[in-house]
Amino acid sequence: MTDFTKLQELAYEVRIEEVMTKSPVTVSPDTTMAELREILREHRISGTPVVEGDRMVGIISLEDLIKALANGAMSARVGERMTPDPVTVYADETVVKAVNTFARYRFGRFPVVDREGRLVGILTRGDIVRGLLKQLEHEYHREEMLRARFNRFFDELIADIDSIVLRHEVKARDFEHAGEASSRVKRALNRLGVTPQIVRRAAIATYELEINIVIHASEGGEIIAEIQPEKIIIRAVDTGPGIPDIEAAMQPGFSTAPEWIREMGFGAGMGLVNVKRCADEFLLESPNGMWTSAKVVIYFPSFLERAQDPDDTSRS
Amino acid sequence: MKLAEICRALSLEVQAGAEHLEREVTGGYASDLLSCVMAKAQAGNIWVTLQAHPNIVAVASLLNLAGVIITEGVVPDESTVAKAKEEGVVLLLTPLTTFTIVGKLAAMGIAGVD
Repeated sequence: MTDFTKLQELAYEVRIEEVMTKSPVTVSPDTTMAELREILREHRISGTPVVEGDRMVGIISLEDLIKALANGAMSARVGERMTPDPVTVYADETVVKAVNTFARYRFGRFPVVDREGRLVGILTRGDIVRGLLKQLEHEYHREEMLRARFNRFFDELIADIDSIVLRHEVKARDFEHAGEASSRVKRALNRLGVTPQIVRRAAIATYELEINIVIHASEGGEIIAEIQPEKIIIRAVDTGPGIPDIEAAMQPGFSTAPEWIREMGFGAGMGLVNVKRCADEFLLESPNGMWTSAKVVIYFPSFLERAQDPDDTSRS
Repeated sequence: MKLAEICRALSLEVQAGAEHLEREVTGGYASDLLSCVMAKAQAGNIWVTLQAHPNIVAVASLLNLAGVIITEGVVPDESTVAKAKEEGVVLLLTPLTTFTIVGKLAAMGIAGVD
């Protein structure tokens, strides 16, 4: 990925409040143009919002100052020479919104206000470029940190126990909370810096197994996810009624789900097919139709190759 | 294309996740079968369905979907909306049918995952 597209992407993610200049210098409408000149010079800025009480009433720039200077109006008040009701941007909007605003209005700066209309900062093109570059650097840094943390995490882990285990109870017919086990697995893998593709596969496999318990297991069951340095093992176990014909159950479209469950969009007979597709290893057991145990193994090789490569330390 | 643009163009009602309308939509997928959605929909996709129960939020969240359009005037129950708000999932409503919505999305340049 080139830095350019990464920058564009960041413009969609980063909020204006993260790059703006906070607590900007302000002047009041009663400030004279002569005083303004001193203020701009002292702070090395080319413009400033005009504030009356806690209300922003306008904006005044170097250009206004030059005009005043040319007209010999240096004793005039800022209130007479400012641009009233300036265009503003909201602090919680994304940077890309501000970029559009700059393109549309061609002003050099925009006051940043919160949703109550209070002035919280000021934004120039320079702020945006600096902010995004800083964020970019931060992202690289974060990725390095994640890799380091992942390595350290497993170094410690191997020395201590050799995996982390998440257990999650799944209740029968509880469609409201179905998906929470998968959600926990996804979060844990994301935190460990596992690649998105692997996280997706693990999340899908866990979700389908979880839903199977919700739909079919009379007494509910349990999802146990075990994350090891090189793989994740997801187990789903329940106490019956079991699967009489596993081969049939593995066929796409085969379903024993009752009608009311199918109406909700479950029980399409694709669950186990999805699990198998996402798994590197898949084992389904249901001896004598008593209970069911599913075991999924997904390896994360690519990440570890990268993480353990000692030469891959520089990234400038 | 951003979710906000789609909402505007298709006059969708934002039921949850109004603060996430800046999300980029990477493509679209339509189905009422959750396992099919799990198998095919990609991160950043917009999902068109007439399912409205809370589990659609789990699916959208697990797959990092950009948002869900619920069609034919189906109104999701409170628990679905509450869960969507909690998980940052965007729920959009329309009285139009899935077919019509997908047609409009396609006309706007939103492509399927195939």
